[in-house]
Amino acid sequence: MPLSSADFSAIWLTIKLASLTTVILLIIGTPIALWLSRTTSWWRGPIGAVVALPLVLPPTVIGFYLLLTMGPNGYFGQFTQWLGLGTLTFSFAGLVIGSVIYSMPFVVQPLQNAFSAIGTRPLEVAATLRANPWDTFFTVILPLARPGFITASILGFAHTVGEFGVVLMIGGNIPDKTRVVSVQIYDHVEAMEYAQAHWLAGAMVVFAFLVLLALYSSRKTKMGWS
Amino acid sequence: MIDIRLHLKYSTFALDVNLQLPGRGVTALYGHSGSGKTTCLRCIAGLERAEDAFVQINDEVWQDSHKGLFVPAHKRALGYVFQEASLFPHLSVRANLAFGLKRIPRQQRRVDMAQATELLGIGHLLERNPQHLSGGERQRIGIARALLTSPRLLLMDEPLAALDSQRKSEILPYLERLHDELNIPVLYVSHAQDEVARLADHIVLLSEGKALASGPIGETLARLDLPLALGDDAGVVIAGQVIAYDAHYQLLTLQLPNCPLQIRVAHAPLAVGQPLRVKVQARDVSLSLQAEEHSSILNRLPVTVTQDIGADNSAHVLVRLDAGGTPLLARITRFSRDQLHLHPGQALWAQIKAVAVLA
Repeated sequence: MPLSSADFSAIWLTIKLASLTTVILLIIGTPIALWLSRTTSWWRGPIGAVVALPLVLPPTVIGFYLLLTMGPNGYFGQFTQWLGLGTLTFSFAGLVIGSVIYSMPFVVQPLQNAFSAIGTRPLEVAATLRANPWDTFFTVILPLARPGFITASILGFAHTVGEFGVVLMIGGNIPDKTRVVSVQIYDHVEAMEYAQAHWLAGAMVVFAFLVLLALYSSRKTKMGWS
Repeated sequence: MIDIRLHLKYSTFALDVNLQLPGRGVTALYGHSGSGKTTCLRCIAGLERAEDAFVQINDEVWQDSHKGLFVPAHKRALGYVFQEASLFPHLSVRANLAFGLKRIPRQQRRVDMAQATELLGIGHLLERNPQHLSGGERQRIGIARALLTSPRLLLMDEPLAALDSQRKSEILPYLERLHDELNIPVLYVSHAQDEVARLADHIVLLSEGKALASGPIGETLARLDLPLALGDDAGVVIAGQVIAYDAHYQLLTLQLPNCPLQIRVAHAPLAVGQPLRVKVQARDVSLSLQAEEHSSILNRLPVTVTQDIGADNSAHVLVRLDAGGTPLLARITRFSRDQLHLHPGQALWAQIKAVAVLA
């Protein structure tokens, strides 16, 4: 057996983290993307820039500030302690929060593009056909933005799987809690277990390729607005 | 009765209209692009919010800014037909039609699926995907979809402007049926005078955000004080009644409203008593002091000169005539006017070279 039980546990943890992060991001990213695609407010620029920050910042920078904020002396850390939850650093929950922030632009931007591409006309048509805004969201915006949601889910999931720096900064390397595949590979290499590292790293390459293949192949069919 | 007062200001454009329109029939909002007609329609629909506005459709008030009332678009009982059909691409034709219908409580439905599909001739398209239809078919579905919400007011924003002339003539008969068979008031935005002449009962002339005139189509088109009369295709619309048909020469005889005067038109047979709209262009009307018996011109009407003004070029004048209560316009040269010594009150003969049947 090329993969050890520790490897499988890291894979399972990674899948759990990426899935949970993707679901949370779709829920909070949709209103943000919808707002960014529709608003004419002055805040559009600053908020858009903040959402995009993880694209350019080194993961260690994000991880560093998250560590401070979620730590025992940080605002968020004191809040979670006040709630009786302790601090979230070096925990799975902390990892989820970090991943949500780190992968945010990969979900928000495809959604924002999809919503912008729909334009305002279908929404006006729906309104003149007596659909209230919620009704319009579920029966017009969601189906028309479906390709955007697929892209956002794939990118959000895959990007979280590929996360390393943020995890190391705020989660450390705790088996079954914070040791994800990328960290596990690092450990194998540190321990000179190159064969083990090969199997995991190779699996990641195949996974990443398949994800991108699925993404780019699905783009050839485009829905036009008639 | 439709009561609309809109006051709205953008950086480059201001809309300021106060209109009392008939609560039935087709009212055209006519004007050049940029005259504010679409903005007007969007404000009435609630798609745009004029700061200072009052909108009342028969007994329902949709906006009254003095009372802070603004009914959102989705709560207004209106149908809206956009310039492009704007069908939902993720839904079949049937689902597009049902989109509005199923959101109307059953007891408020006055138009059903069978009636709408029959009226617009789209029964055979129901299972199709909107992407695979022609522009004309799509627009007919857009109209049926709007009708199926059983609107109290149908708003149409240049529904034919995106179509070529062949598609246009394919849709116009359906619009006429709408006019004749459904008792829904229509506001019809257009910059095409032929469509307006064909469909509208009432016309509002908009220019730079203001209403220059509002009145019944026959009277308004014949007004010399409006820029309408100056255009090359200026003319009047006459809503007459068929009183005879000559099968041998295939000529219809049409009686002008409220007077014994008649005109004859080449046309397929129509039943006696049927209403018929015709347009007489100012450039097709010439004037003569005597009845020219020996002429190929079919229609000669005794008329009285009411007024004349200069046309859009200095060689021509426009003369407004009265034919037994029906206004007519004649576009003649200034030279001829002086030769005939035309003056208001003068009785003479109008010879009509051509009559265009509109419906």
